[in-house]
Amino acid sequence: MEIYILLGFVLILSIYLGLELISKVPSTLHTPLMSGANAISGIALVGALTLTQDTFLQTVIAFLAITFASINVFGGYLVTNRMLSMFKKK
Amino acid sequence: MENFDITLLQNIAYIFAAILFITGIKMLGKEATAQKGNIISAVGMFIAIIVTAINIVNPLVVLGGILLGAFIGSVIAIKVKMTSIPEMVALFNGFGGLATFFIAWSEMGSANNNLFQYLLVILTIYIGGVTFSGSLIAFGKLSERLKIGKGHLVTNVFISFFYISLISILAMLVLPMIGSLPLNFETIFYIYLVLVMLGGIGFVLPIGGGDMPVVISLLNSLSGIAAAFAGLILVNNVLIVAGSLVGASGLILTIIMAKAMNRTIGNILFVGYAASGTSSSSEQGEVKPINAEDAFLILENASSVLIVPGYGMAVAQAQHVVRELGELLEENGTDVKYGIHPVAGRMPGHMNVLLAEANVSYDLLAEPDDVNPMMDTVDVAIVIGANDVVNPSATEEPGSPIYGMPILEVANARTVFVLKRSMSSGFAGVQNPLFFKENTRMLFGDAKESISGLVSEFKD
Repeated sequence: MEIYILLGFVLILSIYLGLELISKVPSTLHTPLMSGANAISGIALVGALTLTQDTFLQTVIAFLAITFASINVFGGYLVTNRMLSMFKKK
Repeated sequence: MENFDITLLQNIAYIFAAILFITGIKMLGKEATAQKGNIISAVGMFIAIIVTAINIVNPLVVLGGILLGAFIGSVIAIKVKMTSIPEMVALFNGFGGLATFFIAWSEMGSANNNLFQYLLVILTIYIGGVTFSGSLIAFGKLSERLKIGKGHLVTNVFISFFYISLISILAMLVLPMIGSLPLNFETIFYIYLVLVMLGGIGFVLPIGGGDMPVVISLLNSLSGIAAAFAGLILVNNVLIVAGSLVGASGLILTIIMAKAMNRTIGNILFVGYAASGTSSSSEQGEVKPINAEDAFLILENASSVLIVPGYGMAVAQAQHVVRELGELLEENGTDVKYGIHPVAGRMPGHMNVLLAEANVSYDLLAEPDDVNPMMDTVDVAIVIGANDVVNPSATEEPGSPIYGMPILEVANARTVFVLKRSMSSGFAGVQNPLFFKENTRMLFGDAKESISGLVSEFKD
């Protein structure tokens, strides 16, 4: 149980940090921020990599989790970068 | 001992990755540093993935999954048209949610003897699953493949599933306390998985197109929260930190969007416009149409022009001709600005992306608070396919459903051109008195053709 208290502590602090960091963002960046944040949520890939694969079902689930998280990571970062490279000030 | 060292190395690397995510997302919030911020966060992701992959169970499955995902993701990201960005973000977001759904499902087996772990698994499955199926519906709506909306029979059926899915979480949470079950646990668990997916569909299906900026931000937030919860299940700090950051940024965007509509998040998600007020008195009058030639004559003599784009510009793909018109006006000595409402279009910042694609410098884009005070110095405001965000009812008519919503007060400009396909009302279904104002001229037709008409007048 103690470990969950510790993890909960990390959770609360990170949410608070996120709210503070992004509280004032110009509307020009709303879409890239959303898309870039979305790529970060692909961190689920790290979790997917650690899943146990003892049974066939577990292996299939792990494979699907890894594949979809990878689409999220690669697609998310690339499309955000593509978008941001168009934002220019002349 | 050797095993311990790898775990230690991984945890140290995770701390570095977390720092990079925090720095990256901070830099994403400023124009000058945004692109660098995205790359920094990508480096953090790379580090986290590499150190995790050191002691993987089954290299074939892992590498196969990563390569397949990387291929699909990259192809979509490179090929997607900028006008399709909203649905693309929704789709990627849904895949992130689906991954956490699978993670939680897989961890169900390890939750047998630990009640708290079991609760986390049930909740994560719910958040991840709803994020996935909800995002798929958002994808369908944004790409206009899915045309079922509020009031449709199918929608009502799925709304019921949404409520049933909410009840089913509670049922799953008390399940361990019941001694004898009518079905074996596995069967109940699979029914729960299906209900979660159906619930996500019912969550997004009734929400209208104009409210999509809120929904898509909220789903973005949920995908982060799901990842953070998966981190709790797996006891993995980097998932918690990264997921929380995404959850927070999505939440902020959701609040900004709701504020820009002057509605609560609950009203947007569960009520919709139709029930949020009595229909306004239909102020009718005579609209004054104008043709491209006369519009050109007025524009030629204008010293300051404000262009206000809306969803209609996206539909007509008119952003490139709009930029061309803006440049011709500038060459003619006119001061040109773009007035961007936060909820114009189908996602947060939709108009900014389109104008950036068309090469409009971002310092020409202004928010309502910046342009409204000097609106009376604007000679011509050109409204391109925007409706509710310029509706003066929001400031003048206390009975209107959109009363109190911050708008671009273009009615205060000397002349207003409204480019519009027909006289239909906007998404809110509210009549727009702007069209009947003394200083308003209607330029009917497809936005792209109308602007092209003005551009060719300038060139002649």
